[in-house]
Amino acid sequence: MRIALIGQPNCGKSTLFNQVAGYKAETGNFSGTTVNFTESRVRVGGEVVELVDLPGAYTLDAGSPAEMEAVRYLRSQDVDVIINVADATHLSAALDLTLELLPLNKPVILSLNMMDEAARLGLHIDGEGLARELRIPVLPLIASKGRGVKGLFLKSLEAGRKKKVNDHLTLDAENRHVQARELAARFLSQGERISSFRDRLDDVLLHPIWGYTILLFVLYLFFQAVYGIGKLTEPPLIALFDVLTNKALTPFLPGSLIADIVLGIMQGIAAGVAIVFPYLLPFLLGLGVLEDIGYLPRIAFLMDALMHRIGLHGKAIVPFILGYGCNVPAVMSTRTLEEPRDRYLAAALATLVPCAARLAVVFGLVAFYLGPLLAFGLYLFNILIIALTGRILSNMLPEDTPGLIMEMPPYRVPTAKNVVNKAWFRIREFVVEAWPVLIAGSAVLAILNYFDFASVFNLLVRPVTWIMGLPSEVGIPLIFGILRKELSLVMLSQALGTSNFDTALTATQMTVYATFVMFYIPCLATLAVLKRELGTKAMIYIASLTVVVAMVAAMVVRGIGFIL
Amino acid sequence: MSMRYNEDVISLLEVPVGETVCLLSVDDSLKAKLVQYGLYAGDSLQVLRVAPLGGPVLVGVNGREIALGRAVAEKIFVEAE
Repeated sequence: MRIALIGQPNCGKSTLFNQVAGYKAETGNFSGTTVNFTESRVRVGGEVVELVDLPGAYTLDAGSPAEMEAVRYLRSQDVDVIINVADATHLSAALDLTLELLPLNKPVILSLNMMDEAARLGLHIDGEGLARELRIPVLPLIASKGRGVKGLFLKSLEAGRKKKVNDHLTLDAENRHVQARELAARFLSQGERISSFRDRLDDVLLHPIWGYTILLFVLYLFFQAVYGIGKLTEPPLIALFDVLTNKALTPFLPGSLIADIVLGIMQGIAAGVAIVFPYLLPFLLGLGVLEDIGYLPRIAFLMDALMHRIGLHGKAIVPFILGYGCNVPAVMSTRTLEEPRDRYLAAALATLVPCAARLAVVFGLVAFYLGPLLAFGLYLFNILIIALTGRILSNMLPEDTPGLIMEMPPYRVPTAKNVVNKAWFRIREFVVEAWPVLIAGSAVLAILNYFDFASVFNLLVRPVTWIMGLPSEVGIPLIFGILRKELSLVMLSQALGTSNFDTALTATQMTVYATFVMFYIPCLATLAVLKRELGTKAMIYIASLTVVVAMVAAMVVRGIGFIL
Repeated sequence: MSMRYNEDVISLLEVPVGETVCLLSVDDSLKAKLVQYGLYAGDSLQVLRVAPLGGPVLVGVNGREIALGRAVAEKIFVEAE
């Protein structure tokens, strides 16, 4: 037997799925976190059933990719029972979807979730009356606490075995909505509202002055925490990998092709580890907390006006914030945007945001030799260039974005289990999608290096390095930087034959180099994610765009350096 | 029935914070989008807050809170209840 779970975004559907299936679905407090549906075998009352968690949808009238996914599935596969999870605190809106499910001629069970929250709001729902009127079972549920879960599934089994379906009228969207409103008015009564905690919190967090102050403070703490963890954990991890790499190399003749390939593979593995544990993991955990609390939509609300200046809207702020940690989750997070144009633009701009690895280059070169003030200036320059690129690109992509339409969810207390599992779910994407590319790319570069392609590499990118007024030796570190951005600093000392960069490069050259590194081609891991999210063509366009932007930005810096 | 010019019809942008209004119609380009978020003609909307510097409008509707960018709010026509 196959049971499908469907419900509107944020109704607690994934929480219910996780209660029975063990943590497999990603749950979040930001609309549209579940894009791909998850199927799981679960044991209910001695019987094994297939349980399918569909993406959240307000209506089946296809709109966003997530909603289209849900419709396709319900129509194509043989679903025996539909469990319609409804947020009891939004009964009228939830019944819209229920009325749309009824004419599908499948047994439907309406599960009213978040009954505890409804009670807190003083809402009383006459479930029996509603069940009589709709002629389907209506059951209460508190998925977060596991209450009512067993009863719900036993009822579903029973309904699936009987296969008895009452006839229901197919209504159009407007009439459905009118009927949903009438049903809610009949079976829902409003008692005393117990808490207005949310309103008071929003008064502060969305305040024209305090809201932005707190936002800056929260982001500051967030980045401090992430970079702090990264700085602590990266060196021992890299040291560990140096030891492992030496161990792996011992059976092979030093300088042989095999040894170089093994070295390349080990470097690829190390690159993945050096991204995942120090930066990606703390970032995703922190993001999970902000997401589950419900703070991300508040950030989107506050930043909407500013984001409009670069042709996007508030929801697109998330990829930008994430980009400062790592571009990989940044590109992944563009999925929450509905319009393809917005996804494309946000992904392109987010890859221009200097990630933690590029921060290392700016720090190691500019801040170390020329002072932190100049490094800070480069960061501001980066924001300016991103804003300009956004303006130009949004003029080139003429389709008008409808603007921000976003549900503002209530605040919820994040659970550790939920946050950890969600981070794991996303890390798995990175490990499966991006890591193999890193390892393969690293091995290929090692082979090319073995056959002494260094001079060819340097010659190949000579036009670029020449225009920027840089020595031809920096070609190699720039090419290896595509693998992992720190390499463009690590390998610079190898290429220049000294680790005192100020003896080999002028102040302007160092700044120009750091500027170019800040913008040019995203690392392989990011390219892999770009390809998956937007396709090969978009990946190539975006990569080319970053090279153009990097050249222009570097030339501007060179020009400024020349004048000074 | 002929269309009657009604001066009580205003865009959602013009509604002061705290007021409750009735949603009359929306621009065709937005209809499908708003339906996805459960907003229909006849719904009553309460303007809860407006973000500064030309930011979005937050409305309460059917027990939910929905943020609407200015470009969106401009194309939503409402009438005082």
